[in-house]
Amino acid sequence: MSDENQNLGPIRRFLAAPPDSVSKTVIVAGSLCLVASMIVSAVSVSLRPIQEVNKLKDKQINILQVAGVYDPDTDVVAAFQAFEPQVLELETGAFSDQFDPATFDDQAAADDPALSTALEDDPAGIGRQADYVTVYLLRDAAGEIDKVILPIHGYGLWSTLYGFIAIEENGNDIYGLQFYSHAETPGLGAEVDNPRWKALWNGKKLTDESGELQITVSKSIPPAGAEYHVDALAGATLTSAGVDNLVRFWMSEEGYAPFLENLKAGEI
Amino acid sequence: MAQTRREMLIDPLVDNNPITLQVLGICSALAVTSSLKVAFVMAIAVTLVTGFSSMFISMIRSQIPGSIRIIVQMVIIASLVIIVDQILKAYAFEISKTLSVFVGLIITNCIVMGRAEAFAMKNPPVASFIDGVGNGLGYGLILMLVGVVRELFGSGSLFGVTILQTVNNGGWYVPNGLLLLPPSAFFVIGLLIWAFRSWKPEQVEEREYKIQIVEAH
Repeated sequence: MSDENQNLGPIRRFLAAPPDSVSKTVIVAGSLCLVASMIVSAVSVSLRPIQEVNKLKDKQINILQVAGVYDPDTDVVAAFQAFEPQVLELETGAFSDQFDPATFDDQAAADDPALSTALEDDPAGIGRQADYVTVYLLRDAAGEIDKVILPIHGYGLWSTLYGFIAIEENGNDIYGLQFYSHAETPGLGAEVDNPRWKALWNGKKLTDESGELQITVSKSIPPAGAEYHVDALAGATLTSAGVDNLVRFWMSEEGYAPFLENLKAGEI
Repeated sequence: MAQTRREMLIDPLVDNNPITLQVLGICSALAVTSSLKVAFVMAIAVTLVTGFSSMFISMIRSQIPGSIRIIVQMVIIASLVIIVDQILKAYAFEISKTLSVFVGLIITNCIVMGRAEAFAMKNPPVASFIDGVGNGLGYGLILMLVGVVRELFGSGSLFGVTILQTVNNGGWYVPNGLLLLPPSAFFVIGLLIWAFRSWKPEQVEEREYKIQIVEAH
């Protein structure tokens, strides 16, 4: 018996040891974690390129949808060719030729201290705001701007909501609003995805005649009038407040107001 | 275990169903059954995870120290769930968006853990795999039955194909909105348990108390 034990290799001896010894417990736990983490990382890394393509396609579908030109049967990539991406400098409201829209990475720019600003007054709860963002222009057959698609984001109840707002060529009428990523409460805050609620945004106006920003998401119609009002979601007070804050923030001077002024003046 | 492999696979479908008899895995059954397509993908995911986790746990069962066995089981189950989640994100992006957190929550599904602890720790790998698949299918069967009721009467369709034209789309059927909300699954599962136990009275649990007639002294 003792002879046999000595003849066994280290692995066999380990396997034959009683499972409840301290050394075995540590080794089993350690090696299991090692194997499991290697398998999980391998799967994650090898599938990432396909997932990135899916995410990009999902974003493009959302841009098509918010512009009202999405049709499930069309080829997304081909339909997306109609949109002209441009890198916008928020402060001046003019397009920047410093970056190539095809390679500009919004996510990286928002994290880069050289390309973003920390916000002191931060109603949308986003911390840092990028100085440059990619916007999308949809032109009609004559080459005139038909709609502009602007990315917006801000904090709701549980999560940051990422979405797009489509503005008509006059720079003041909202065509649509849509979020493509959020983690709000299903059935309550997640109703921001409800087509009926999204349809409320169509035809609303951002500013009144004096140029004052009036658009709001609230429970009752504000004094400015129903054309500046989107009804808040029932049972989702904080998500609605978050959407209100983020839309008002991005449509203010801090956000796209300079660009929309240029659009109104016909300088784009 | 005197069960044949065939019995191991068939038994959990009706006679020893994890949802209706053992009443496990109710949380996800509420969440993912409002449409059949989602319920179907969830059923496949749970079947695969239960089958393979039981098999891997069974393969190393004699080496697992008793003091950390639950953690070891969780690590194996969690790794498999992450792999399923990653595959869904790569090849079924739309569905993975609908399932969202519920794929991740397969980790905490009592059925997976229950089979690992109750069966795989004491049985060889092939038998454990079959047992896991059988239980996953039993779970999936109930998911599909609940899904049929909820999707048909909640949105008038099956697998997204319109069966009952709803009023909103110019038809005649007024959908029952409650069926689209998670609590309705409680009613459907409750009725299913009642139906199963009327069909197979041996599944009825014994009462914990009984009114006894005692002679007066």
